[in-house]
Amino acid sequence: MWVTRTVPLSCCSLSLTAHRCIRALKTIQTDHAAPQLYTTLHRRTCSSVTTPRITTHYTIHPREKDSRWEGVEMERFADEADVVIVGGGPAGLSAAIRLKQLANEQEKELRVCLVEKASQIGAHILSGACLEPTALDELFPDWKERGAPLNTPVTEDVFSILTEKYRIPVPILPGLPMANHGNYIVRLGNFVRWLGEQAEELGVELYPGYAAAEVLFHEDGSVKGIATNDVGIAKDGSPKDVFERGMELHAKVTLFGEGCHGHLAKQLYKQFNLRENCEPQTYAIGLKEVWTIDEKKWRPGRVEHSVGWPLNRNTYGGSFLYHLNEGEPLVALGLVVGLDYSNPYLSPFREFQRWKHHPSVAPTLEGGTRIAYGARALNEGGLQSIPKLTFPGGMLIGCSPGFMNVPKIKGTHTAMKSGMLAAEAIFPKVTAESVDSETAGLHVPEYADSLKNSWIWKELYAVRNIRPSFHNYFGLYGGMVYTGIFYWIFRGKEPWTLKHCGLDAHQLKPAKDCTPIEYPKPDGKISFDLLSSVALSGTNHEGDQPAHLTLRDDSVPVGQNLAIFDGPEQRFCPAGVYEYVPLETGDGMRLQINAQNCVHCKTCDIKDPSQNINWVVPEGGGGPAYNGM
Amino acid sequence: MSGRVLVGVKRVIDYAVKIRVKPDNSSVVTDGVKHSMNPFCEIAVEEAVKLKEKKLIKEVVAVSCGPQQAQETIRTALAMGADRGIHVEVTGKDYETLGPLQVSKIMAALAKKEDAQLVILGKQAIDDDCNQTGQMTAALLDWPQGTFASEVSFDGDKIKVVREIDGGLETIKIKTPAVVTADLRLNTPRYATLPNIMKAKKKKIANVKPADLGVDLTSRLEVVRVDEPPQRQAGVKVETVDDLVGKLKEAGTV
Repeated sequence: MWVTRTVPLSCCSLSLTAHRCIRALKTIQTDHAAPQLYTTLHRRTCSSVTTPRITTHYTIHPREKDSRWEGVEMERFADEADVVIVGGGPAGLSAAIRLKQLANEQEKELRVCLVEKASQIGAHILSGACLEPTALDELFPDWKERGAPLNTPVTEDVFSILTEKYRIPVPILPGLPMANHGNYIVRLGNFVRWLGEQAEELGVELYPGYAAAEVLFHEDGSVKGIATNDVGIAKDGSPKDVFERGMELHAKVTLFGEGCHGHLAKQLYKQFNLRENCEPQTYAIGLKEVWTIDEKKWRPGRVEHSVGWPLNRNTYGGSFLYHLNEGEPLVALGLVVGLDYSNPYLSPFREFQRWKHHPSVAPTLEGGTRIAYGARALNEGGLQSIPKLTFPGGMLIGCSPGFMNVPKIKGTHTAMKSGMLAAEAIFPKVTAESVDSETAGLHVPEYADSLKNSWIWKELYAVRNIRPSFHNYFGLYGGMVYTGIFYWIFRGKEPWTLKHCGLDAHQLKPAKDCTPIEYPKPDGKISFDLLSSVALSGTNHEGDQPAHLTLRDDSVPVGQNLAIFDGPEQRFCPAGVYEYVPLETGDGMRLQINAQNCVHCKTCDIKDPSQNINWVVPEGGGGPAYNGM
Repeated sequence: MSGRVLVGVKRVIDYAVKIRVKPDNSSVVTDGVKHSMNPFCEIAVEEAVKLKEKKLIKEVVAVSCGPQQAQETIRTALAMGADRGIHVEVTGKDYETLGPLQVSKIMAALAKKEDAQLVILGKQAIDDDCNQTGQMTAALLDWPQGTFASEVSFDGDKIKVVREIDGGLETIKIKTPAVVTADLRLNTPRYATLPNIMKAKKKKIANVKPADLGVDLTSRLEVVRVDEPPQRQAGVKVETVDDLVGKLKEAGTV
């Protein structure tokens, strides 16, 4: 009975949702027994009787106006810390570790609390990854003795351009961004788990399984801390018997390290106008699998990158295949697809599956077994898209503001360094006897200054024009020529800074102007279908909770996304969350959201052409169960 | 009566995770895999805490057998409302061969040592599906057992247990001290919220070795081999009844 929770669409669940909708509508028509449902439907004039209600989350339907919540105790337990960190990834953990290192050195008391939505540290981490150990060397010069899982130094580095049948090798000259000498192939989830252990030893309070759901503000508008998610809300938005409010964690400074496209960061951008002087962030989606392969094909330390097929020259992206050296013959492989693609028929998942059949890739995988799958959005904006980093009471670290070096496809070392710089900037202020502060929450602009003077900024400055250089008629090839001349020869010193194209969501062309792509059927040996892949991510959520993929307007998916763009969310979601299914009665379609499948990649929030989808955090502990991804 | 209830909790691989068999077919991969408290153990803890809230019992003690990580599972039980925990340290080869017989010997020894009035366990663990520990514990203690409980209530000095059986529901009355195992519909476990996790850090977890309890952990079972279930073959669609009969004849079943 515990087995098939992640299979989203069975006939039973379809009719159950349908029956609930029909029952709700009948109730309104007959005896008005559910007046709150009637009034909320009535109030939202955009939702006609033919659009079944999809979104029930309290961020869209406030509980103050919901009569089912009358009399429910909404007081929250609150606790004080010196620093609260949202997100247990490389940035958050490095910041926590650095704070405690400084506290122990200077014999000062410091309470550092870190909340993480995954059930265990590392379970929501997904990356290639070739780690550049520069930041780690600074954080723990003795990382080897401490047993950091950097077990695979890069020994071979291969770069190719793929066509449908052939592979054109491209020499990796030293100085090119994708040269990996000195780096390590890591399973980032294991590395982050090790960072978590180091943090706990230093006295950081880690709370995995608790998601930060709300930012709290002082009366003067500065950030006071965060509140964790409420639990025990039913799927229809009403309180269950086990309902309990989340907890408030107050801090002098709150660090937000939610990773790429964090949901609280999204609110903070608006609240503090942090993006007024930078370009909108542009993203890519990275899909990844881990395979055990035939030992004869295993070449530990080998790094392979490719561009070209199956993506056309105007769709940014490329593949990676790394041979890990951790005992058994493991490879980590995947495809990154820029989310500024214009064809709504493109499915990053199916591009990934068909890439694996390429004659230069398939032989490595033949006879092997796939053991893991996952996906996550990543930043591509570079320097141009970095927002204002500090605000009263808090700051942004890691991939949330986005310090990824795009041509190197490395963001872990810069994320770690940003966390460390944040810690060093706030430490004197949070441990001072008294601080001169205009606001109740401390504002520490020194963090942004030290970041601009650090190697992060120099590195990102040098590569700032590479990604935008792809926006030309020759696409990929123009970009490579630009990189060769201006990065390799001139080291990024050209005086101009190229711009991106605007929001990824606005890049889609209407479906009628594009051709559908014919994808091959998965063969079940090298390529696979979506649902079996999602099952491998181990993702699950408590079923009886409001869907955390909220729609600002329930009628927009069918009215706009499906009508104009043929429902691109069915294709870009790597977990099969969005499905357009026929209505039970009459003609037309409706959007079905299989929220339990979500792997927290954030692609839908980024790429929805109507920007109608707002990803909010579900109950903590839910989401993928990645193991060393 | 001491008013003390012992609750056994087991740390198992989370039910939503895809299980992978080790390449040497000796066991299942557990390294780094997401673990959580056995769902039936959560129900057992919830029932014990409910009894305490109704003031029918005085103290809830959570017990887990296993390596260091078992303490996380005990902490979750403490966050749900248990008063203190006992971690019975079992590691290495002993942990690999730890089964219902060994755990029930440990539980029986602890029940006597702690002068427990009631032992509540989950009906079975979702990793081995044995459904034996509760029954064996009762036998070793010579106590009555109310297994597959979907309702538990106190009736004077007896316990009324409604059991889920194949034919329906069976109601029995058993004397205390007794062993009860929890089935799915007994209750809905509460969440272990963050303030309670923080408070649980202050609650005591005692460390005990099986040898201290006089328990011999030798297993009488040897796992020979672990295999994945055979891959389901895809079905074949046929157009007509004649095709179907033809295919069945080919397969030799007609």
